[in-house]
Amino acid sequence: MQTLSGVGQRVVWGLILLLAVIVLNFSLIHMAPGDPAEVIAGEMGGATEEMMASIRATYGLDRPFHEQLLVYLGRVVQGDLGHSFFFDRPVTELIVGRIMPTIILVVTSLLLAVLVGTFLGVIAARNPNGLLSHIVTVLALFGYAAPVFWTGIMLLILFASWIPLFPVSGMYDVSSLGQGGWANFLDVLHHLVLPVVTLSTIYLAIYSRLARASMLDVLGSDYIRTARAKGLSEFLVVYKHALRNAVLPIVTFAGLQFSQLFSGAVLVETVFNWPGLGSLAFDSILRRDSPTLLGILFFSALIVIVANILTDLSYRLIDPRIKTGAQG
Amino acid sequence: MKTINTALLGAFTFLCVATGVASAAEPGKPGGTMVIISSQVPRHFNPAVQSGTATAIPGTQIFATPLRFDTDWQPQPYLAKSWSVADDGLSITLDLVEDARFHDGKPITSDDVAFSVETVKANHPFKSMYGSIDRVETPDPQTAVLHFTQPHPAALLAMSSALLPIIPKHIYGDGQDPKSHPRNGQDVVGSGAFKLVEYKQGEYVILERNDDYFIKDRPYLDRIIIKIIKDASSRVIAMEQGEGHMYPFVIDSRDIIRFEKAKNLVVEENGYAAVGAITWLAFNTKKPPLDDVRVRQAIAYAVDRNFIINALHRGMSKPATGPIAPGSPFYTDEVARYDVDLDKAKALLDEAGHPANSDGVRFTLEVDHIPAVPEQQKAIAEYLKPQLKKVGIDVQVRNSPDFPTWAKRVSSHEFDMTMDIVFNWGDPVIGVHRTYLTSNIRKGVIWSNTQSYSNPDIDALLEKAGLESDLETRRAHYVAFQKKVAEDLPIYWLNTLPYRTVYSQDIGNAPTTIWGAMSPLDEVYWKKQPN
Repeated sequence: MQTLSGVGQRVVWGLILLLAVIVLNFSLIHMAPGDPAEVIAGEMGGATEEMMASIRATYGLDRPFHEQLLVYLGRVVQGDLGHSFFFDRPVTELIVGRIMPTIILVVTSLLLAVLVGTFLGVIAARNPNGLLSHIVTVLALFGYAAPVFWTGIMLLILFASWIPLFPVSGMYDVSSLGQGGWANFLDVLHHLVLPVVTLSTIYLAIYSRLARASMLDVLGSDYIRTARAKGLSEFLVVYKHALRNAVLPIVTFAGLQFSQLFSGAVLVETVFNWPGLGSLAFDSILRRDSPTLLGILFFSALIVIVANILTDLSYRLIDPRIKTGAQG
Repeated sequence: MKTINTALLGAFTFLCVATGVASAAEPGKPGGTMVIISSQVPRHFNPAVQSGTATAIPGTQIFATPLRFDTDWQPQPYLAKSWSVADDGLSITLDLVEDARFHDGKPITSDDVAFSVETVKANHPFKSMYGSIDRVETPDPQTAVLHFTQPHPAALLAMSSALLPIIPKHIYGDGQDPKSHPRNGQDVVGSGAFKLVEYKQGEYVILERNDDYFIKDRPYLDRIIIKIIKDASSRVIAMEQGEGHMYPFVIDSRDIIRFEKAKNLVVEENGYAAVGAITWLAFNTKKPPLDDVRVRQAIAYAVDRNFIINALHRGMSKPATGPIAPGSPFYTDEVARYDVDLDKAKALLDEAGHPANSDGVRFTLEVDHIPAVPEQQKAIAEYLKPQLKKVGIDVQVRNSPDFPTWAKRVSSHEFDMTMDIVFNWGDPVIGVHRTYLTSNIRKGVIWSNTQSYSNPDIDALLEKAGLESDLETRRAHYVAFQKKVAEDLPIYWLNTLPYRTVYSQDIGNAPTTIWGAMSPLDEVYWKKQPN
């Protein structure tokens, strides 16, 4: 019961947060100089006064700010995210077409970063002064320090241009679309490698450091000594007894980072032309396409809130001592 | 080698025109898919209501126009198999091909032509194109007569490329606003060589051969895919790796040089004559001290076009000496050139009453620039800073984070000087007049006369030139205009854009007409298809 009410409370807070996200973003984008009419005129190589006025009227941009905001909020409550100024298509349609690529990219990167990062961290922790540990530390530092877009471009030049192992851009080979399930799956996988490696590098670094520190901490504790004294194999001690406790901060972090991955995805999607929400969001800012941008931010906020609730719940599975939403 | 090829091609083209052959295209082979790489995201595909290259490249494949133009500014039959201009220049009769059909099988008739003209007149941003249309008569389904209220020397040109797409009346005539019509971007029913199969917004466009095209055995290609890649270095690598087969509107000189070194690629310079893209430095002529022509001339004398072209653009661009781009038949280079002369610049500034203070500074000016075209904009703006300092002008470069920010500053006339890129769009009436006419000083409208330049003589010259049907007399008016405006100097024209089309060496008949890739690619073919 307590769990349920805890979740319920989180959902209410989540909704309030969503509202704040909409109002804040709407105001911010409104404050940016220039409007979609100017962008559309720019695309067209010029426009007349009447035309600019008619574009503004079509999209309701000639109405006062608070009115525009209220109209928008009213629509969102009814589940309508509006029409893109730029493409003249429903925002929901644009987002639905883009959400899967981003989820594929972000989830695969996060999984890769957590799994490989934790594994590297554990290896490093078992012999903190060994060569392997130092190599992991250096790699981690490098991954953490290198900007995502730089890593992306370097990988691109290395593995798509010099040694053309992987495709340059996109999520699939457009000229051979629709070959059927298996071929398409392999095609997407082939395209996925470089973006995922790029996006996971920085997080991999964080997780390996986190896992290393956490493991060192746990490996020094009494119950590990007990487990060793019982005569358990080193493998069982490290991977069953120690890791289960050491992994808690990693899960916390992974939940928190889910939102950061989205921002990293913007850059990776731009470099690799990955057709996700990130690149759509970036372009929408430049086009002052506020309905599309607001729709994406709304969706991202929703996903992050859900991810946080799920993280809380997952604590219970890993460590039954924690009760979600326990009062006091 | 490449220059020789281009020269030979030029000579060949000339011969064809001289002997009356319609096009220089060689016979091709059917089949294959061509992937076009583009940085531009089209809003939709209806050029009747949307100008710009992003819509024009796919738009000219999907929609046919009455005429097309060759490499030499000569009109050629397209949807109109013949045409005639009345002696008084007040009407044009189009004789349409008989068996032309829209992509949904309905016949293309003179009604559709009339409807298209009306739609363009009411919705296209270039009002000067069809502003003077009075009515379109349709005596029979194959004949359309366009009546004008005054002579319109650019009318034939305005029937080519993306300027007059023939759109189906039975689709767009349903009463909805054509500017935001749902069929502009989806389920598009066109009249041209290729049909729209799919558009994933911001990702790719798939076009498929129109088997029912009114030109027999064309197009050669089975499919054209336009792949949109936002990142510049990814576009270059995609071409080098053969993921893309044609990349029009390449603008960066480093990329061009890199492509020229690639063995499997051809770099083509022709195909941009009509676009007539010029990089320039515009002055706010109402704002002191720039309201004084001597100050503007002094800046011109201080700026070195050769440095910009040879150092900043690695020799890839060409000098622009006036408002009309060098590829145009109306261009003249016999205007005040302002070859670099720092002493003259200083003397002019002294004469204008701007002595240098103890730090050697006369006054401070801000310069804006369009973001995202660094080599043509930011680099030049930054060059102005040390260069104008030599004559005592302190220049501050004001960066804009994105296009709308820059557009807002310039269109609301809140600037001193700005770098800009402006297109001629084929005929001066369409793309040149708008920048210099007093009547086109309109706050809030980008690429209007944002310089607030006003000279009654210029207004009169442009009006005469815009109505003159005789080519030689018209040219004389434009020559006079170019000389005069180069003296007034509301703008200092710097260079033409180094546009190139890069394509795979196995592609034949790459677009080289005045409209380049913004014209039907129905003769492009694969000499040898890639594996």
